[in-house]
Amino acid sequence: MNSFTCPLPIRTKDRILLGHGSGGTLSAELMREIILPAFSNPILDCLDDQAVVNINGVRLAVTTDSFVVKPLFFRGGDIGSLSVHGTVNDLAMGGAKPLFLTVAFILEEGLSTETLRRVVDSLARAAQEAGVRVVTGDTKVVEKGSGDGLFINTTGIGVVADGVRLSANQAKPGDKVILSGSIGEHGITILAEREGIEFESPVGSDSAALHTLVADMLAAVQGIRCLRDPTRGGVSSTLNEIAQQSQVSVLLDERAIQVRPEVQGACELLGLDPLYVANEGKLIAIVDPADEAALLAAMRRHPLGARAATIGAVTAGHPGMVSMRTVLGTSRVVDMLAGDQLPRIC
Amino acid sequence: MKYIDEYRDPTVAEALVQKLAQQVTRPWVLMEICGGQTHTLMRYGIDELIPKQVEVVHGPGCPVCVTPLEIVDKAIEIASRPDVIFVSYGDMLRVPGSSSDLFRVKAQGGDVRIAYTPMEALKIARANPERKVVFFAIGFETTAPANAMTVWQARREGLKNFSLLVSHVLVPPAIRMLLDSPVNRVQGFIAPGHVCAVMGYRDYETLAAQYHVPFVVGGFEPVDLLEAISMLVAQLEEGRAEVENQYGRAVSRDGNQPAQHILEQVFETADRKWRGIGSIALSGWRLRPEFDDWNAEKVFGLSETDVPEPPECISAQVLQGLKKPVDCPAFCTRCSPETPLGAPMVSAEGACSAYYRYRRHLVTA
Repeated sequence: MNSFTCPLPIRTKDRILLGHGSGGTLSAELMREIILPAFSNPILDCLDDQAVVNINGVRLAVTTDSFVVKPLFFRGGDIGSLSVHGTVNDLAMGGAKPLFLTVAFILEEGLSTETLRRVVDSLARAAQEAGVRVVTGDTKVVEKGSGDGLFINTTGIGVVADGVRLSANQAKPGDKVILSGSIGEHGITILAEREGIEFESPVGSDSAALHTLVADMLAAVQGIRCLRDPTRGGVSSTLNEIAQQSQVSVLLDERAIQVRPEVQGACELLGLDPLYVANEGKLIAIVDPADEAALLAAMRRHPLGARAATIGAVTAGHPGMVSMRTVLGTSRVVDMLAGDQLPRIC
Repeated sequence: MKYIDEYRDPTVAEALVQKLAQQVTRPWVLMEICGGQTHTLMRYGIDELIPKQVEVVHGPGCPVCVTPLEIVDKAIEIASRPDVIFVSYGDMLRVPGSSSDLFRVKAQGGDVRIAYTPMEALKIARANPERKVVFFAIGFETTAPANAMTVWQARREGLKNFSLLVSHVLVPPAIRMLLDSPVNRVQGFIAPGHVCAVMGYRDYETLAAQYHVPFVVGGFEPVDLLEAISMLVAQLEEGRAEVENQYGRAVSRDGNQPAQHILEQVFETADRKWRGIGSIALSGWRLRPEFDDWNAEKVFGLSETDVPEPPECISAQVLQGLKKPVDCPAFCTRCSPETPLGAPMVSAEGACSAYYRYRRHLVTA
């Protein structure tokens, strides 16, 4: 019996794995070891969803994002609208008013022009609805087999008003954690459609541009420390990043986190935790407790924040750790995953 | 949600906790066998709720954890072949073999696909007649009927490009091994609900009678587990050693007979090596010889190998319930899900992984 043994770990790092794109600790490792050392500067090193640069007194927000979602069309959106919403939201999380987008398409040989037309129409409509203009772009075609139909990159430019300073390193013990609505809808929609999972899932992606909600929030209160949209890696990864960057702890209340029954059902069936499932139309706000009530009231007046709720608080113990008071009143860690729960969803 | 919410009800849980506190007069050591139950215990912090005299230790019921190194190496060898589409449950892709894992095979160009049911692999085989499609059939009695169904169906259809790489393990022989051990501490077992949903619980009645140890077939939600613990403590306090069924909404004494019928046609019992534990007599299933044409080990002519596992972690004691993951000096330091020293840290259902994910604040406090 004492000869029981265990395998050694495999630590070769010579290949990129899908998990490196998951938003979990493997992604963080890739950033830390390869990307950041090459480019390090004070603006990049803030590691926010957008960079804010000051040019002759104008505070410009800049962000970029690539979209590789499969399937290209899904209930509640498509790769075109998603590539507007994703970038607009990254600007909005810095408190910026989004103004301009660049759009680059990487097309795979053989893609039907009808598909491309539908995506472009959807992208144009989403940009118009969000009040941003596409001002430049690029198209490239790669050989069949070198891409997956269609990839899109968008870069966004916006302006940040004086006095607005939002960053993931500003959370303080005592602050409240507010979530704008129910979680997991985008990730479950993509998974169900991609895998052809045979349950009747009326759930659709929550993909939406959040900048008007953010504008209402910033107009209502002064005490917002940080805004983040919990996309890949879900609410858990986003809060872990905030906890690490601010060197604080976050304590969540499981009962306050809303999950629609269809999403809960799919998660139960597939063995997934909705806290790790991607959202594309939700935001998390860290706010001064004195402004909690006013902020919730302002959010609930906006359609995209109608179900906003306080889901937890920032505390001092265990810097960098997120934990949760469960429905049974016990506590548990809410960890950052190493790799994917679901492969490639946004 | 029906059948979920009522089994996570804080009021019901509180009442069970109070009942337990009144029942217990002395210390008891209980074991849950199934990794799914370990996960629930940790996720809901049930160890915080129950009286200190009741210690729950975690058994070897994570199928990913106990799949032997040799089989993982065989999977990697098959999946690396250009003529193969290798289909697996997602959790197996992360499990390290002796020199690689299936995620790395995929990154190096191997066609490795994740499925949610083995029937998807059969669909892939029908759609790709020029390729050989192999499904990695691992797990306990729970996953076996669906895996058996694939080869049964493949034979009926004459589908020749499909095969199974089988590494099925069985719960009752593992419990017998634990009870035979001179260092065993376990006094009562929560029997695995989903295994019993397939197999029924007559085998556990034999074990209860032979070893005078009580069993309660338990479900997977927090209220299920609290109720199962309470039923076990009641038996122990009263000196009974019976098999009781807490998970009546899914389990009957005789189990799922059509599933058992197909299992009998497709599989036969065989000795099986358990990772971290060693060989246990008649503790697994392999394909019957009449299914040789769908047996990946035969199709690809793989020979038996014996890969020595370097002595590194305490998973042996953890899988037997002799030690808790937090007792390991490497836990959270040299051993984590990104750098697993042992199998129980690899799978989401492994005891070490469950402690790491949900109870880490206990050691870093």
